[in-house]
Amino acid sequence: MTPRTIAIHCAVSCILLSLTMAGCGDQSPPTTAPTIRLATTTSTQNSGLLDVLLPAFTQKTGINVQVLPMGTGKALAIAREGNCDVLMVHAPEAEAQFVSQGWGVNHQKIMYNDFVILGPPSDPAQLRQAKTAAEAMTKIAATKNIFISRGDNSGTHIKELALWAEAKVEPTGSWYRPVGMPMGNTLSMANQVQGYVLADRGTYLKFSKKIDMVVLFESGPALHNPYGIMAVNPAKHPHVKYHEALALIAFLTSEQGRKIISEYRVSDQILFHPWPEFAESQ
Amino acid sequence: MIEALHKAGHLLWTLDASLFECVWVSLLCSLTATAAAVAIGTPIAVLVGRKQFRGRGVLLVVAHTGMAVPTVVIGLLLYSLLSRSGPLGSLDVLYSRSAIILGELILGLPIIVALFSSTTAALDPKLEITAQTLGAGPLRTFWTILRQAKAGLISVTMSTFGRLCSELGIAMMIGGNIMHHTRTMTTAIAMETSGGQFALALAIGFVLLLIALGVNMIAQVFRLPTKKSAPDVL
Repeated sequence: MTPRTIAIHCAVSCILLSLTMAGCGDQSPPTTAPTIRLATTTSTQNSGLLDVLLPAFTQKTGINVQVLPMGTGKALAIAREGNCDVLMVHAPEAEAQFVSQGWGVNHQKIMYNDFVILGPPSDPAQLRQAKTAAEAMTKIAATKNIFISRGDNSGTHIKELALWAEAKVEPTGSWYRPVGMPMGNTLSMANQVQGYVLADRGTYLKFSKKIDMVVLFESGPALHNPYGIMAVNPAKHPHVKYHEALALIAFLTSEQGRKIISEYRVSDQILFHPWPEFAESQ
Repeated sequence: MIEALHKAGHLLWTLDASLFECVWVSLLCSLTATAAAVAIGTPIAVLVGRKQFRGRGVLLVVAHTGMAVPTVVIGLLLYSLLSRSGPLGSLDVLYSRSAIILGELILGLPIIVALFSSTTAALDPKLEITAQTLGAGPLRTFWTILRQAKAGLISVTMSTFGRLCSELGIAMMIGGNIMHHTRTMTTAIAMETSGGQFALALAIGFVLLLIALGVNMIAQVFRLPTKKSAPDVL
């Protein structure tokens, strides 16, 4: 068993391997339908809206969309490296920073829903009496009731941190538990320990039958949850499919796209509101 | 739990397309990666197991350490290599099945080398000499070693396949969990769990176990000893 034999063997294996990889690779050849990659959040994916929106887009334009579901933080990170063509997240400040740093272009607000603060029906922190979201957070901190945080740079986590900042509270202590899990898992955990949690209304509606928690604080401008879309800047990453990305952005802000968004229901509940046409897009 | 079993049965019975899609992707990637790991790993394992050379100990330590690397770490390292902003970005391999196969190959190779080398080391030390005196060249000798270590090779291959088809970190990080393309059984389970569909997630998990069982049952047939009295050298 000489090293030479090994080398031949390895070389043959590598050739076979690359053939296999080429053979079952799934990159679409240039002559077939163009495909773009959309990085989006897990909550958007889980809502099921994209399963209705994107096929309509493909039918209209012939452009296929590959959806990469991940947290907001990760979506922005991979977009910065040029690993997707377009991204849709719900973190306005992070999106604005992305654009101002030159990574994103053609930013458009697509739709919005809201966040809700959930907790046990007994409501030990008495959130029902709070007048603002910040006040609700202060009450939780003051009574040291368990609060489960996403802790993962997701849109929800960023919103939660903004609320703590507005309440001028530094959340530390054993009552404050960052878990680093997707929204669904976080809700299950909060339900298990009967703690408080901030969630987007869409995920809450999907889980409402499985958990005992109820909405203890909602509405108000602080819990507004806008979704924005932007293309990755072709000046920074020339390989991105910029025109196809623009086509997707145009579709989502078009009348057909807005109609699909406004008509989407989960358990007969409205999940998203299309961004008003007369409002500022930025 | 009963609901999950019920759901699994229903999914299988109705031949649910999305389920079978992720089963197909999982099998395609894991089987290819296992085959590649065996092809590349067995000669290295035989060399490490049967021959003394400088650096042998280091190679063994590296292989054993490689078995302890979390899949998400392999995923992250490959992501930085394959990312558009990384050195191999122009290959455009990120978020494809090829990327998953590559990652799983890196995951499986240390397993083959570490485990199969100890199997071959335990074989009769006079095996090579015997083969060569009977006129066998290096390739034939290698094949003889494999035949003698057949049961061990199959066991190691099955262990590797088990590890590869149940991994999540690599498929998630460099596969991207894209529907119809890179959604494996494991990424589907993670996704359905995070979406609250626990019964569906468990159902896919049962299917994964059934497949692993099936593959192992097939392997068991090959593991049975052949009825030969003398060692089959040439």
